Amino acid sequence: MASVQAETTAAEATAAPAPLLRVRGLKTVFRQEHGEVNAVNGVNFDVRPGETVAIVGESGSGKSITAMSILRLIPSPPGEIVDGEIEFAGRDLLSLSEEEIRLVRGNEIAMIFQEPMSSLNPVLTIGQQLAEPLIVHKRVQGKKAIRERCLELLRQVRIPDPERRLDCYPHEFSGGMRQRAMIAMGLACEPRLIIADEPTTALDVTVQAQILELLKELTRTRGTSMILITHDLGVVARYADRINVMYAGRIVERGTAQEIFNSPKHPYTIGLMESMPRLNQPAGTRLKPIPGQPPDLSKLPRGCAFSPRCRFATERCRQETPELTQLSAEHWKACWVDIDEAV
Amino acid sequence: MMFYFLRRLLALIPTLLIASVIAFCVVRLVPGDVLDLMLSQNAHSSGTIEDRAQLEKALGLDRPLYVQYFEWLGNVLRGDFGASLWRNIPVLEEVATRLPVTLELGVLALLLALLIGVPTGIYSAIRQETLGDHIGRSFSILALAIPNFWLGTLVVILPAIWWGWSPPNQIQPFFEAPIANLQVFFVPALILGASLSAVIMRMTRTMMLEVLRQDYIRTAWAKGLKERVIVLRHGLRNALIPVVTLVGIMVPILFSGTVIIEQIFRLPGMGQLLLEAVVNRDYPVITGIFLITGLLVMLVNLLVDLCYGYLDPKVRYDS
Repeated sequence: MASVQAETTAAEATAAPAPLLRVRGLKTVFRQEHGEVNAVNGVNFDVRPGETVAIVGESGSGKSITAMSILRLIPSPPGEIVDGEIEFAGRDLLSLSEEEIRLVRGNEIAMIFQEPMSSLNPVLTIGQQLAEPLIVHKRVQGKKAIRERCLELLRQVRIPDPERRLDCYPHEFSGGMRQRAMIAMGLACEPRLIIADEPTTALDVTVQAQILELLKELTRTRGTSMILITHDLGVVARYADRINVMYAGRIVERGTAQEIFNSPKHPYTIGLMESMPRLNQPAGTRLKPIPGQPPDLSKLPRGCAFSPRCRFATERCRQETPELTQLSAEHWKACWVDIDEAV
Repeated sequence: MMFYFLRRLLALIPTLLIASVIAFCVVRLVPGDVLDLMLSQNAHSSGTIEDRAQLEKALGLDRPLYVQYFEWLGNVLRGDFGASLWRNIPVLEEVATRLPVTLELGVLALLLALLIGVPTGIYSAIRQETLGDHIGRSFSILALAIPNFWLGTLVVILPAIWWGWSPPNQIQPFFEAPIANLQVFFVPALILGASLSAVIMRMTRTMMLEVLRQDYIRTAWAKGLKERVIVLRHGLRNALIPVVTLVGIMVPILFSGTVIIEQIFRLPGMGQLLLEAVVNRDYPVITGIFLITGLLVMLVNLLVDLCYGYLDPKVRYDS
């Protein structure tokens, strides 16, 4: 809890704009037969109005679970949010009733999922699925008004020939088109925050760029905040204002995109950068993988979860868990080791 | 769509022809024949070889089987299914009076099975591992395990012993006296549909659980839809596709069940007619019923296939 307070005072000190979303001490566990899996283990972060914040990490680092926890979409049982606060526009989402959180979902906070193939209902037309949030949250009435608004949304996400496309079923769309339709659904109620969970993972590389550009443009012009969840550092560099690096259910480093890319301070982030091919490296340079495996979240090691794989790890790292501490205005890390000294 | 429908109707013809050969031959393979039965019941005949040959000739059973078959088939194509060997009433006439009873019993049983099976299946799935789920599943196991002839017999016999009451079997026309009509049909239909409702309940529950785990259900939650809308609009239609297949498979089984239920409840349906005809080796009646029920089952299957198109937009009939 000490670090939570430290963070709050620091945020106040730098006089940053009041965050739209404020996540503190979020803990989500999954109860399974062989014990509890600590999928999210005390995560703190903010999203300010109009900014795009990335959450980066490998599979199983808890980034998607963090996103789903915000809208309380964790399947329960077996999942449960056991601790923390999620404050959105002044309200604690975790203390809302089921009906109140339902009115936030898709309306004030929209979510875009990975797999556009399986995230759209195969037996309903795109138009029917697009109309749902409008009818539920905005009380748009009348077939014509709904259709007009749906057409407008399809035009915004640049789906050609929207008149015809509205009556198509998802299987008649290509992957990129489906993701555009998902984005249109997300935008339908003009939410203040969009959570994009690996929005481009299932798409071709060329389509990936188009979708991200579209998201960026639409959020910019409307001043919508976005949480971009990805494992792709290339995506993050281009589209995120600030980056949270997650490892084993915790945020291990946070900073502006520039700070994270130019001067990463956490050994895990450094490892990620070294394992990523870059164009400015001389040809033939070998990529450096991070040795070892991500830890089993049901039996986390004592101390820092990364310490078994960390080349800088000290005795202290194996005993005590480091909290996020501030390095500069925007740059934070959770590590006992001073990298600049250790290198 | 229309083209597909016509093509499927045309495809019924060869299937029906094969069915007719089987129906025609099988009944004649049953041990004991109609001649022995008729002779043994006729007090005036002494059952001599001559009497037998005379009777055989009179009924047209002396000719080779294939000749009989083609003659019969020719008549059937002209809409003449022949007449009962015993009563000399045209088969079609007999069937026409009996079929509505069986159809109502079958349709009502199917409706009851769906009305019970689908909602309890949904409930069990969305309240998985709760008391309600366990009760629903226990009842379905019970309904599957109890044979309908046993349950039917109990329902007829026990009230008769205890209260001197027995289920009514005076059939009133449905459109004139619906309540009196349903009083006759409700209990037999419920018993006939019991095991089907259990199968439907289990299939609906399994499919619903499967569907509710899909990504598009998560999307529906993320849109802020109500649980009712998510389950019924997004879940049920996807979950019903295999249930419809199941219903298609179960219809013939349901039909064979009517034979027993009609017997127990003394309902003058096709099942009763069939049983009587089999006991009496009344060949034209048996063959006629086989062929007509065969046609009905095929039509139901066609209906089921058309249902897929409604439920699953990926199914297209014209390629």
